[in-house]
Amino acid sequence: MRVLTPSGLDHALALLAEFESSLTPLAGGTDLLVSWPHQNSDEVGFLDLSPLRAEHSAPRLEQDALVLSMLTTYWDVIASEEVRTEFPLLLAAALKVGAVQIQSAGTWAGNIANGSPAADGVPVLMAYGAEVVLRSTRGEVRVPLDRYYLGYKQSVRALDQLIVEIRVPRRKREIEWFHKVGARFAQAISKLGVAVTRDETGHRVVVNSVAPTVVRCRALEDHLDQGGKIESVEQVRALLSFDIAPIDDIRSTSRYRESVLSRLLYFYLRKANLRKANG
Amino acid sequence: MSHFDLTLELNGKKVTRKIPLRSRLLDALRYDFGLTGTKEGCGEGECGACTVLLSGRPVNSCLVLARQAEGCKVETVESTSTETLRRLNATGTSQCGACTPGIVMTARWLCDNPQTLDLMSLREFMSGNLCRCTGYDGVLSGIECLLDQEEGES
Ligand SMILES: Cc1cc2nc3c(=O)[nH]c(=O)nc-3n(C[C@H](O)[C@H](O)[C@H](O)COP(=O)(O)OP(=O)(O)OC[C@H]3O[C@@H](n4cnc5c(N)ncnc54)[C@H](O)[C@@H]3O)c2cc1C
Ligand code: FES
Ligand code: FES
Repeated sequence: MRVLTPSGLDHALALLAEFESSLTPLAGGTDLLVSWPHQNSDEVGFLDLSPLRAEHSAPRLEQDALVLSMLTTYWDVIASEEVRTEFPLLLAAALKVGAVQIQSAGTWAGNIANGSPAADGVPVLMAYGAEVVLRSTRGEVRVPLDRYYLGYKQSVRALDQLIVEIRVPRRKREIEWFHKVGARFAQAISKLGVAVTRDETGHRVVVNSVAPTVVRCRALEDHLDQGGKIESVEQVRALLSFDIAPIDDIRSTSRYRESVLSRLLYFYLRKANLRKANG
Repeated sequence: MSHFDLTLELNGKKVTRKIPLRSRLLDALRYDFGLTGTKEGCGEGECGACTVLLSGRPVNSCLVLARQAEGCKVETVESTSTETLRRLNATGTSQCGACTPGIVMTARWLCDNPQTLDLMSLREFMSGNLCRCTGYDGVLSGIECLLDQEEGES
């Protein structure tokens, strides 16, 4: 086993460039270190990001975006009054991730990079139109989060790149909603989760645990953007079917996921529409 | 096997030990620093028995490499005041005791950050600490006792 300890971000990127295929960035460790005694071996190599914590943890509000840093944790968002007030879905999702011990250690970047289809941080960030900032010694690129994933646990991130920031645009939103369905309120991996927003760019409907990656439900979004009405659960289910492909696994079944998701969205969107009609 | 020198500010004292690179913070505390109060339940971040305060935040020490805590402040159940334990004991917070060190550390953190309860209920806040004995009511009343005392003092 090997653990490399960088002295700063540039050093971290240089180490990744040099040893890319044999080094795994280690942030909060809440995915990587589960059952560690059973997985540690001579082959493991970590790039320990903890020395960068002091400089790369605090979220900050810029003129046009909220910037979550490389090591911003869920608790950093929960504890920041200005962030949780302006981005209530980030708060809602953070409070649903594990419990306080996981929220203190787990990072938003780690949640994105880990690439689980059940990630709870990803739907809300995607619904807010977040961009992922990837940096390596070769330079920096910004990728919209909804174009970050290529397939199950696959992404556009090259092995020498770190997620150095997540930029969440500051937009006026007319509606925003997040709902997670788990076996209990806390400390449970999603059976499914859904985030919905509407701002000047249109609707975003983002779901987890019903496809190989967290996905946008584009057909439903288009329907809503064109002013289409929400008429029945069946209609929502049909629109969802273009974008989701739920499976049976230990946490739930494909049928449960499909019906609960269509119903949740039906009732939420009906309510949101009524509010619009009345307001 | 490779080792390294780990320096911590452990329960208020600066300490250094040579420890195996593969150790988790949990292992280092128990086997190298001799503080066996911190318990291992699941080793997967689910049960919270291994909760310690790392740089002032409650974390599962089974999910932290000792190396990641280099130079950090770490507080464990051994640093708990007698008064705090007395308060918790009054309501049956502990039965077999396996979960207790973690419960105590999470509760201590809450007492220092009571405004957390504006965002969630006490039961929800404690959901990262599993207990197989008490049914939780004893645990929650113990923590309420502790919170009342803090309020009384400030
Ligand atoms: C008990 C428990 C409960 C949990 N509950 C939930 C839950 O409810 N919802 C949920 O979504 N998740 C949950 N998780 C999973 C986990 O906590 C989150 O995915 C967390 O956000 C991971 O962040 P981390 O910093 O701990 O990542 P790590 O474990 O340090 O890393 C995860 C992955 O991301 C990579 N990585 C980390 N940072 C970067 C970076 N800056 N650039 C590039 N790659 C990087 C690592 O190489 C690794 O592949 C839970 C985990 C546990 C143990
Ligand atoms: S032993 Fe660490 S959470 Fe269970
Ligand atoms: S007292 Fe036995 S597990 Fe909590």
